Amino acid sequence: MTESSLPGTNDNREFVAFRVGSQEFCVDIMCVREIRGWTAATPLPHTPDYVRGVINLRGAVLPIVDLASRFGLPETEPTPRSVIIVVQISKQVVGLLVDAVSDIFTTTGASWQPTPEIASDNVKSMVGGIYALDGRMISLVLLNSIIPTAEKVAA
Amino acid sequence: MDVMDTIRQTFFQECSEQLTEMESGLLVMSEGEADSDTINAVFRAVHSIKGGAGAFKLEALVQFAHKFETALDHIRSGKLAAGGDVMKVLLRAADILSDLVDASRDDVAIEPDTWQASADELLALTASADGAEDEDDFGSIDFQPALIDFGDTPSDGIAIEPLTSTFNIGFRPKPELYGNANETILVLRELSRMGTTQIACDTSDIPSLDDIDPAGAYISWTIALDTTENADAVASVFEFVDTDADISIEQPSSFSLPDLPEPFKFSASTDAPVEVAEVIESVEAPSAVVEAAPVIREEATAPVVPFPAAAPPQQTAAKTDAKPAALATIRVEFDRVDRLINLVGELVINQAMLSQRVAESNISNSSPIAVGLEELEQLTREIQEGVMGISAQPVKPLFQRMGRIVREVSDATGKEVRFKTEGDATEVDKTVVERLADPLTHMIRNAVDHGLETPEARVAAGKPAEGVVRLTAAHRSGRIVIEVSDDGAGINRAKVRESAIKKGLIPADVQLTDSEIDNLLFLPGFSTANSISNISGRGVGMDVVKRSIQALGGRISITSRPGKGSTFSLSLPLTLAVLDGMVVCVNGQTLVLPLTAIVETLKPKEQDVHCLGADGRVMAIRSTFVPLIDVGVKLGFRRTTLNPSAGVAILIETENGSRSALLVDSIQDQRQVVIKSLETNYGNVSGIAAATILGDGRVALILDVDSLVKASDVDQLAPELRYGTGG
Repeated sequence: MTESSLPGTNDNREFVAFRVGSQEFCVDIMCVREIRGWTAATPLPHTPDYVRGVINLRGAVLPIVDLASRFGLPETEPTPRSVIIVVQISKQVVGLLVDAVSDIFTTTGASWQPTPEIASDNVKSMVGGIYALDGRMISLVLLNSIIPTAEKVAA
Repeated sequence: MDVMDTIRQTFFQECSEQLTEMESGLLVMSEGEADSDTINAVFRAVHSIKGGAGAFKLEALVQFAHKFETALDHIRSGKLAAGGDVMKVLLRAADILSDLVDASRDDVAIEPDTWQASADELLALTASADGAEDEDDFGSIDFQPALIDFGDTPSDGIAIEPLTSTFNIGFRPKPELYGNANETILVLRELSRMGTTQIACDTSDIPSLDDIDPAGAYISWTIALDTTENADAVASVFEFVDTDADISIEQPSSFSLPDLPEPFKFSASTDAPVEVAEVIESVEAPSAVVEAAPVIREEATAPVVPFPAAAPPQQTAAKTDAKPAALATIRVEFDRVDRLINLVGELVINQAMLSQRVAESNISNSSPIAVGLEELEQLTREIQEGVMGISAQPVKPLFQRMGRIVREVSDATGKEVRFKTEGDATEVDKTVVERLADPLTHMIRNAVDHGLETPEARVAAGKPAEGVVRLTAAHRSGRIVIEVSDDGAGINRAKVRESAIKKGLIPADVQLTDSEIDNLLFLPGFSTANSISNISGRGVGMDVVKRSIQALGGRISITSRPGKGSTFSLSLPLTLAVLDGMVVCVNGQTLVLPLTAIVETLKPKEQDVHCLGADGRVMAIRSTFVPLIDVGVKLGFRRTTLNPSAGVAILIETENGSRSALLVDSIQDQRQVVIKSLETNYGNVSGIAAATILGDGRVALILDVDSLVKASDVDQLAPELRYGTGG
């Protein structure tokens, strides 16, 4: 599943939209393994702020990324209503902590717009484009840039 | 996968087993302790590879194996003595053979010159053994795949010798022959391919239907064979069935020959009659045992009396007894075992969760539920041990591969090396064995290339010209310890130090102990070899070795004595899947400390803890001062250090033998935990070795003691206070 560019103009793909604070984001539904409720995570030392720690996903150790914190927003205060979207990023499986899942929608390529120049470099590197849906603005999350790479962690 | 592919795969699996067997046999032979059984085993291994290769039309493999086999056959028949030089040729040939097998398996094109040199050596051996007249035996056209054959071999190369001879063959299979899945028809077909046959089947022994044993063998054959092949070739048809059938091969015209000094008219194969006689003798041997047995019993009162006549049959009897002792094994794909291991890991976690739930619900210890649960726990542990046992493998194949490395490097450097292994039956988890191959290869290369001196230097130092490289494995307190040692000159510490200073790895004025200097070898970018040889200086240093050993949860250490040699020892966990750990609590977080690192635990007294500098603390343990590391601060779980008297100090020892005390809040438990990789989904985290899942289903981190302590030396990890009491 490539996400390096805007979705092609021809394909109709489905996306899962979710809320982080007051903003809406989405990921390709084909990357989503499952959606589950929040469970307390075990913090990892020496990791970036947005890595909330790891949880047990049926025997596998799953790192949790707080999307709000990743996008420079105030940290998510996890509540029982918070949601973890488990996504597959190349060979890794990662959980994204978000406030709520809001929608599943099918896109037509024509409605995608490039990320406006206003966004900071940090945010721009993680947003693959924006989509207008019923007057709402939904940003496509580039999963590959969400997780810290192994080098970043080791450094 | 089509059928042929499956068979092919099986063939190569068997090949690797045969190669292992061959190599261990050859090693025994080169120790000079080989009996005829060992030689036969080696011969059979090569022969089976040749046979299978013929069926798959792997030409190069067949030709080379054939030459190899011929040389072995000469040893088997006593024409060639298995001396030092001969064994060197054979061991080299064994290496080439395994290369050819690998190349054939991977469908790599085989260049003839990769094996030609070794083939010539073999040829020279055999030629020297039996003079020039047998030369045409080795011509590649002469080869006929024995037995394993799909019936489509073109009948080329038969008409080389114009003379035909007649053999009368009696063939009476025993039930075991069928039991071993052999087919008489294949034998008969093979015989008829050698020449004209008249086969008569004797069915007179077939009992009435009521008495018949379906697994019995009642039919025998007599075959009259006119062939150009010699008696050897005829006997070789029965090679795979000779222990499971009564076989007699007679050549009527030469029957009385063994007694005569000169054969009459056997110009084609001078030695054939003798061979026939041997075959007959060996077939008759069992009956000789029966006859000899009572005689031996009569002699029992005087056991010292030499009894030459009975001695050879006795040996035969011992041989046949030893054979069925082979272990029955099955082949299982490693993936399946792996899945099983993972599932058992889950089972262990689940069982622990269940216990915890039961404990929480205030059920009394004597209730049937608690008792049943205890039994479940017992069973789970046994299953776990059993499953771990499945993936345990002896290190023998690994060690044998190292023998080859030694030979290669000693050839390339012109050093004389004797390679000794000990404890090669020691079992370790398969994954550990696999991942040991590279580091061990490197260490063995180093031992020969850097460790041992040249023969001249050795003689000058009053040592035997032949150096010894020893590779040993042993279980020691729940770990496996592997040592690579040489009896060379030892580490030249002055040179190491000088080199490290020159490379800027250490300051020029630093004072180092001997063991600290030795440990410089593990620094990245360190290499003392003045000229980089293509053996040791391949850009992989000891630092890579160290890292790969550490990745396995192991430690490496060096001891070296000038003039006496060096020993590198690796201490590794037996398995990568579970770990005995101490469960501790730090600032509300549960952490696991590997039990292997722990020396002792103690309750620190305030007066034992002293400050050193701004934020360094040391602790006096029986008048020795060790650094005291607050795990909570180190990992960034809290900013202010814990009052030592409020916590527990755990004295640990790192891989290089240095000790530190880790300060934690409390100790909760000691238990076996299933290791879960953090790297699969995230990456390497400094100070953390892996994760595990606790009884309550939460993830707990397993501390990496060495990197935790190292980080405290350098203290470049600015602890970010991020995690209060946990998420």
